[in-house]
Amino acid sequence: MTKVPIGIVRFPGTNCDQDVFDAVATVELACPVWLWHKETDLRGVKGVVLAGGFSYGDYLRAGAIARFSPIMKEVVRFASDGGPLLGICNGFQILTEAGLLPGALMRNDRLTFICRPQSVKVETADTLFTRQYESGQVVSLPVAHAEGNFAADPDVIDRLEDERRVVFRYVDYRGDNGPDSNPNGSINDIAGVINERGNVLGLMPHPDRAMDRVLGSADGRGLFQGLVEAAA
Amino acid sequence: MTVTLHDPVVNPEIVAAHGLTADEYEQICALLDRDPNLTELGVFSLMWSEHCGYKHSRARLADLPSTGPQVIQGPGENAGAIDIGEGLAIVFKMESHNHPSAVEPYQGAATGVGGILRDVFTMGARPIALLNSLRFGELDDPHVRYLFRRVVAGIGDYGNCVGIPTVGGEVAFDDAYRGNPLVNAMCVGILAQDDLTRGFASGPGNAVYVLGASTGRDGIHGASLLASAELADDTAESRPTVQVGDPFSEKLLLEATLELIGSGAAIGIQDMGAAGLTSSSSEMATRAGTGIEFDVSLVPRREPDMSPYEVLLSESQERMLVVADPHREPELMAIADKWDLACTRIGSVTDDGVWRVFEDCEEVCAIPVEALTEAVPTYVREVEPPAYLAPLHAWSPSPGWLDGVEPLAALATLISAPSLASKRWVFEQYDHHVRTATVIGPGADAAVLAIKGTQRGLALTIDGNGRYVYCDPYRGGALAVAEAARNLVAVGATPLAITDCLNFGNPEKDDIYYQFVEALRGIADACRALNTPVVSGNVSFYNQSSAGAVYPTPTIGMVGLIQDIEKRIDPGRAAVGDRLLLVGGDGAHLGASSFLKEVLGEVAGRPPTVDLEAERMNAKAILALNEAGLIGTCRDVGDGGLAVAAAELMFGLDPGLGIELEIPDRAGPHSSLFGEDGARYLVTVAEDDEFRATELLAERDVVTRACGRVTGDAAYHVVDVGSADRSVLQVSSETSISNAMRQTESNR
Repeated sequence: MTKVPIGIVRFPGTNCDQDVFDAVATVELACPVWLWHKETDLRGVKGVVLAGGFSYGDYLRAGAIARFSPIMKEVVRFASDGGPLLGICNGFQILTEAGLLPGALMRNDRLTFICRPQSVKVETADTLFTRQYESGQVVSLPVAHAEGNFAADPDVIDRLEDERRVVFRYVDYRGDNGPDSNPNGSINDIAGVINERGNVLGLMPHPDRAMDRVLGSADGRGLFQGLVEAAA
Repeated sequence: MTVTLHDPVVNPEIVAAHGLTADEYEQICALLDRDPNLTELGVFSLMWSEHCGYKHSRARLADLPSTGPQVIQGPGENAGAIDIGEGLAIVFKMESHNHPSAVEPYQGAATGVGGILRDVFTMGARPIALLNSLRFGELDDPHVRYLFRRVVAGIGDYGNCVGIPTVGGEVAFDDAYRGNPLVNAMCVGILAQDDLTRGFASGPGNAVYVLGASTGRDGIHGASLLASAELADDTAESRPTVQVGDPFSEKLLLEATLELIGSGAAIGIQDMGAAGLTSSSSEMATRAGTGIEFDVSLVPRREPDMSPYEVLLSESQERMLVVADPHREPELMAIADKWDLACTRIGSVTDDGVWRVFEDCEEVCAIPVEALTEAVPTYVREVEPPAYLAPLHAWSPSPGWLDGVEPLAALATLISAPSLASKRWVFEQYDHHVRTATVIGPGADAAVLAIKGTQRGLALTIDGNGRYVYCDPYRGGALAVAEAARNLVAVGATPLAITDCLNFGNPEKDDIYYQFVEALRGIADACRALNTPVVSGNVSFYNQSSAGAVYPTPTIGMVGLIQDIEKRIDPGRAAVGDRLLLVGGDGAHLGASSFLKEVLGEVAGRPPTVDLEAERMNAKAILALNEAGLIGTCRDVGDGGLAVAAAELMFGLDPGLGIELEIPDRAGPHSSLFGEDGARYLVTVAEDDEFRATELLAERDVVTRACGRVTGDAAYHVVDVGSADRSVLQVSSETSISNAMRQTESNR
């Protein structure tokens, strides 16, 4: 039996690293592996997760410094070779800063950090990562961020929508666009997007915090199962 | 110019400017057997300040119970520690950052969080939760809104960045805090008991290192001037005494410190918090019974030309003092390097009991260690009840005083009063999920965390009622402990121990000193009765501005244990038809209540009488009821009485559910609805379990009354009194603070 090694990158200031490690460890056949930001070798992992937190203190801009880290050269190479790469929260911010995903994550429209349970619609189950879900399914994944307001040029947004690359959208618990359903002002209620090739996914909500009913939701499990299957 | 040891230039004016009395100066000369030089005088003024030396409180604090089988480490260390079984310990402490937050709310609050985190991880524990207790003036004042907004942002930004969830706490608003807000932060950490590390500078010959940030001029005199005197009107002038926080450095320091402790390379380690290098080095030497020497010129600086005095007194953040065997220096340096932190050897442990400071090899201070830490003069005075209490206690309402006060309207006023309203606007700015252990988050009676790798859960709360303590210091102190215990019991936890933060005005004034002494007596009695020893804490005096002293506000941070996390009591577990039981009997007492304050605008009377035996017995009964599987959900009956407890209980239920309450005296419902008598809980039980539950409570002689049921109509009814729509009540509770904060802001 061979386990599927999944790398979890630790930048200084990453603080959801352990949560992601624990989440990956719950998936059958997955084997979480720490990757230190000063390393220059991915040590044969088959999938990579950039976890949430405040890499390099989010100084300059969220995710702006992490992309210059030694390990990121290898992560970019891994992604360009088609390896599955998942960025959660600060990880999503790093992916946009590194140019692996389009757009940018601006300050929340409410100008404050927001932490709450969040209803999210899985727009498409037709990606490497979301096969465990059904298209249109509404799941509960907590959000916790100050800069989650997704923005891009209108033509970029149009393309994302046309190519069905908006994978997650903020909704209310009924699956609708309600008065307070968007936590940060992101355009078109975008919560997560995927790259053209379909192997790099970034999202602001935390599937790593939705792994157990006792914590309020187990809806994040599908995403980690999807990642491990994609990596296997 | 270096001030050398035999260069005394001290005169009476300089002594007074350092906040020391002539008598205290005489004691210093006697301890040194000579006059101190200017640097030494500064060091004494700091270590003998109220903030570091506890000179007005130390003798009284000794009366608090601090022992018990659950206590692993009591007061005197960086934080207290208790046994929670399975070889694990919980390390926790609460501390105030009131004056820094009044002066610069964002940095003041942020560095309060930073300091309390370090107090916990310096013991080798990994922080798992933060809580806070906040007091502000009323929100109609734009400056208060500015303070509130920036304090919440400072707390959130710091804890969120370090990645420690802020899971609970309390916020209250009263004009008494307008000039002097209270910001108390509590941190809870966990570790294997064998890994507990203490702040000992042991083993003469061992080396002393500074780990972390460099030292600047920020926070000089934070402890002595800012924290140990009343607030001046123009707080802007004091801004240089406030430290500046960097949560990213804190996160690195946290990981490096835990790795260092894990490696065994560190012998002792301590946060350089209040009074910086001076207090950390002298306290570590005192605990170990050793001496210590170091050269300030070796301390990494972020600014040029700092005098020894400035280096010794700086409160620059995110620094640790580490004592290690010099042979293990390479390991120490490798860990520091991994986390990109500076680590610099500045001196060594000695055996002569002297705290010796050099600058470029020139001796600038030589003070017996114990003169700084143990010889602090302590003051004890006899106390008389202050004159303001008698008229308060003589309060007796005239007949018919409640005519025209419609109970449901009063309830609506209460639940939308910012002190009682939902704190959602606050806690949504705090990351309360990170570390994925938060089972019950902010907004419930207490927070509940899962303890990973075990079946156990930890329950956490902070409580305090300044109005109660003002109106009757003894009762107020005892009731703060009782309320905290009830909040833990209401989620199914057994209370274990407390940390306290004692926020008072100027103790040199007799009224304030009386409040302090009596409140402490109340806390001590309650802690003894409820078996919750005090394992750590902090005293914050001089909380007063030109508007007068704040309400005396001891806040109690309490930790409890749930043996089986599956047996916690969840806020939302009730269904249509479930019965409501009022455990502990009906309320009657409106003195000093929230009803009086928020509805009638009056602060008068005394808080409820304290019945610690009832508190103990009723808590046990609730836990037994839960153990028997009979409780659906539970709420402590506290501020606002039964009416508010029932509303809060309802807000936690599924959106379609409501509540129907029955009260005994329908003609005069106010006291049973809003009375705040202690030792009471509101629980729901399934209809089929009502008989068994009532029987179990009767066997324990607990006064209980069936007081209503859960309905399916999303409304709040009081039989024969009135009804209200649930969503109207709930929305007004949840939007009260955010609406108040939407008003135009001041930039001051």
